[in-house]
Amino acid sequence: MPKDAGIGASSKRREDIRFLTGTGNYTDDINIRGQAYVHFLRSDVAHGKLTSVDTSAAQGMPGVLRVFTGDDFADVGGLPCGWQVTDRHGQPMQEPAHPVLARGKVRHVGDPIAAVVAETREQARDAAEAIEVEIEDLPAVVDMKAALADGATKVHDDLTSNLCYDWGFVEENREAVDEAIKSAAHVTTLELVNNRLVANPMEPRVAVGDFNRATGDSTLYTTSQNPHVIRLLMGAFVLGIPEHKLRVVAPDVGGGFGSKIYHYAEEAFCTFAAKALNRPVKWTSTRSEAFMSDAHGRDHVTKIELALDADNNFTALRTETYANMGAYLSTFAPSIPTWLHGTLMAGNYKTPLIYVNVKAVFTNTVPVDAYRGAGRPEATFQLERVIDKAARELGVDPIELRRQNFVTEFPYATPVAVEYDTGDYNATMDKLLEMVDLSGFEARLAESKKNGKLRGLGVNCYIEACGIAPSNLVGQLGARAGLYESATVRVNATGGITVMTGSHSHGQGHETSFAQVIADMIGIDESMVEVEHGDTANTPMGMGTYGSRSLAVGGSAMVRATEKIISKARKIAAHLLEASEADIELKDGQFSVAGTDKSVAWGDVTLAAYVPHNYPLEDLEPGLEETAFYDPANFTYPAGAYACEVEVDPETGKVTIDRFAAADDFGNVVNPMIVEGQVHGGLAQGIGQALLENCAYDEDGQLLSASYMDYAMPRADDVPFYQVDHSCQTPCTHNPLGVKGCGEAGAIGSPPAVVNAVVDALQRDGRDITHIDMPLTPSRVWTAMSQG
Amino acid sequence: MPQVSMTVNGKPASGEIEGRTLLVEFLRDNLGLTGTHVGCDTSQCGACVVHVDGQAVKACAMFAAEAEGAEVLTIEGVAAEDGTLDPVQQAFQDHHGLQCGFCTPGMVMSAKALLAENPTPTEAEIRDYLEGNICRCTGYHNIVKAIMAASGQDVSGIAAE
Ligand code: FES
Ligand code: FES
Repeated sequence: MPKDAGIGASSKRREDIRFLTGTGNYTDDINIRGQAYVHFLRSDVAHGKLTSVDTSAAQGMPGVLRVFTGDDFADVGGLPCGWQVTDRHGQPMQEPAHPVLARGKVRHVGDPIAAVVAETREQARDAAEAIEVEIEDLPAVVDMKAALADGATKVHDDLTSNLCYDWGFVEENREAVDEAIKSAAHVTTLELVNNRLVANPMEPRVAVGDFNRATGDSTLYTTSQNPHVIRLLMGAFVLGIPEHKLRVVAPDVGGGFGSKIYHYAEEAFCTFAAKALNRPVKWTSTRSEAFMSDAHGRDHVTKIELALDADNNFTALRTETYANMGAYLSTFAPSIPTWLHGTLMAGNYKTPLIYVNVKAVFTNTVPVDAYRGAGRPEATFQLERVIDKAARELGVDPIELRRQNFVTEFPYATPVAVEYDTGDYNATMDKLLEMVDLSGFEARLAESKKNGKLRGLGVNCYIEACGIAPSNLVGQLGARAGLYESATVRVNATGGITVMTGSHSHGQGHETSFAQVIADMIGIDESMVEVEHGDTANTPMGMGTYGSRSLAVGGSAMVRATEKIISKARKIAAHLLEASEADIELKDGQFSVAGTDKSVAWGDVTLAAYVPHNYPLEDLEPGLEETAFYDPANFTYPAGAYACEVEVDPETGKVTIDRFAAADDFGNVVNPMIVEGQVHGGLAQGIGQALLENCAYDEDGQLLSASYMDYAMPRADDVPFYQVDHSCQTPCTHNPLGVKGCGEAGAIGSPPAVVNAVVDALQRDGRDITHIDMPLTPSRVWTAMSQG
Repeated sequence: MPQVSMTVNGKPASGEIEGRTLLVEFLRDNLGLTGTHVGCDTSQCGACVVHVDGQAVKACAMFAAEAEGAEVLTIEGVAAEDGTLDPVQQAFQDHHGLQCGFCTPGMVMSAKALLAENPTPTEAEIRDYLEGNICRCTGYHNIVKAIMAASGQDVSGIAAE
């Protein structure tokens, strides 16, 4: 039975009302009296020496307040990187400087060279055109392998090469893996590309800097998934503003998908310029600017080898990946191809020996960082593609080959340093096959044939590590931050609750689902709980929302704080009821003495806390407000099985998704409606990666896909109704809610299902095609067909 | 500076504009109606859809001056005076047809225009009509479902919830 309130109920989202009536408060909706506007002049070449930037003409243009160049930021720190990776030889990665505005060189199309602040947006834009920039062109470094060749032009002259790091994991296993592959009964090899993507939240980035000269306080309104992280990075490392003098507000944010995690130059600029000019300064990105300044995602080139014994058991796995870092290191960039990718290479399988090698490369392209899934889609794609290929080479059923190699006993320590706490991969696979109507496939195939179409079915599994992460562990791995979360639960005198969380919602619905959890714990109506987030001035320290961590980590902090509240409220109730605390029970918002009819309501207890006339003041402080910090004991491991059925038009190569089914194990679920919505969105992004989206550069480093005319976003008629299920639930064993996280699953699990399905369709048609690189556009499929 | 006057959400509205001022800029900057959003600069995302004289238009693809004398309806004018949601808005909430909410005003305005034209559209007709509205969050499933529900069709057979 679906519940109608509390944990497990599909409560309607309260935030919807403001979004549906146009009364949301997005950053671009914020206008501060007296604000000026900044326009950034960006490099239109990929690589060059900046020989002169003449701003004199622009400076005299109407409305111009000031033109800034890189020299104005000479005394300011660069944009910091939050993760240091140590390479195979124990050496730290190469870490270049990342200036707020370019100095000396420009390193990618879109690199900001100068910034004009003027009275109006148009005046700033017009004046930027009057800046005279001289750039001595340098050869653009675009292809990763060429970037590592001897004598390649260097993106950063002060580094020894374009290699950021050469990472081996687990380095001690290297020889054993080589040996196992050499002696295997069968080895399947696949070379593939994980295409570069742009996150494209529909709200472009915006920053508004404000400064109060009287108090010396700076405020930044910004489109961020983690305002406290921005406060820490920008305050401490870039501008030297202590946290108590800096407030960062991320109000309603129109989607993020990773791209709004990072600290960007424009945020630092607006904060800096607001102080320099004593005026609020606003920047609103255009979509074209977003394409060349938001961090990109993916962009891996991989060779993967899977070794099997004579009984088709996986015996070893070896991968070699080139990972594009772009021109600078974005905030979390180095961690994505390493710790968020290498540690997932075991997938759902008990492969005993694994070695992952990753070479991270600087190129003259936009920095690359996490995009929905971040490392885990790359791991899943390689693994699930190579398993499918192996099944075909061996003539065995790809589903059976997977089942045979599933991890079935938990906890399971992988050879790549993580321990899966719970899971049931056969259960999700069984559920999936039921959903997709496997037995009807032959009939559907025959029908497609009759219509001159090819049909294929692709199935795959995935596992991800969410709920990032135990701080001491990530510290050892190179993180320069802790990854706990915090929450403050403030109970008001009349019983209503304000929860302040360090998690941030930019579409996930925390205002609804977090309230459900607290209401459920106390037994009060959800409407009595209000959730606040996104403002460093009134929410406790937060590491923010990414990596499907909000409920698992932020929710757990909130549960811990609520437990403290309940514990104190129980003491107050015991006093009011003149009973022993041990005998007090809380049910449906009512404290009662076990075995009696004596009880006191939640509201009476909260009132007593604030009007402490009859109150144990000698033992207990008045008031009812608690804060908790929660540092997770482990990652969480959502997993599942996905299936895609496609039709391929042999005349045009066009792929149509006929059906898509997803069976996920997210552990416990707080709001099924929201969870399903998260999966839908992830699926569309994964299908987008598989069929449509590609961020392309030409050999001169020009960005070819810089608008929605060239970058194909999934639209309503590119996707079907999805079948999703989350009834297989193996609760997480180490967080209080037993939740695992659901935000990224769809984007992680779906690309291999689509590609497996298309390859299946082509092979059923008798074609010798084992792989096509994403996106599987009509022209790529048609070209493969005409060759295969 | 030239002056423009129109009726917005049933009330007279006027202001000074430049020739290049777009309708969406006039709505957001001059009138403070920030419910209409800007998601692109190539007129392809649909975040800015409003109704002008009853037709759905992209407010980023029209100069404010071109709306002189027109009746403009924005997302702020859709719900009843007392705040009661219109059936399309209500269906979006009931069926979780929005997440971050950024595409939502444009989606609702497009959906209303579709239903005015075609009161019981099929799934395919809805998907086709939404060609000019991008949503990055929902994967469209619940948007299509919400529009079908708003048109009075039974959506209980469509997976989810
Ligand atoms: S802002 Fe008008 S279509 Fe994108
Ligand atoms: S709800 Fe976020 S873009 Fe549609």
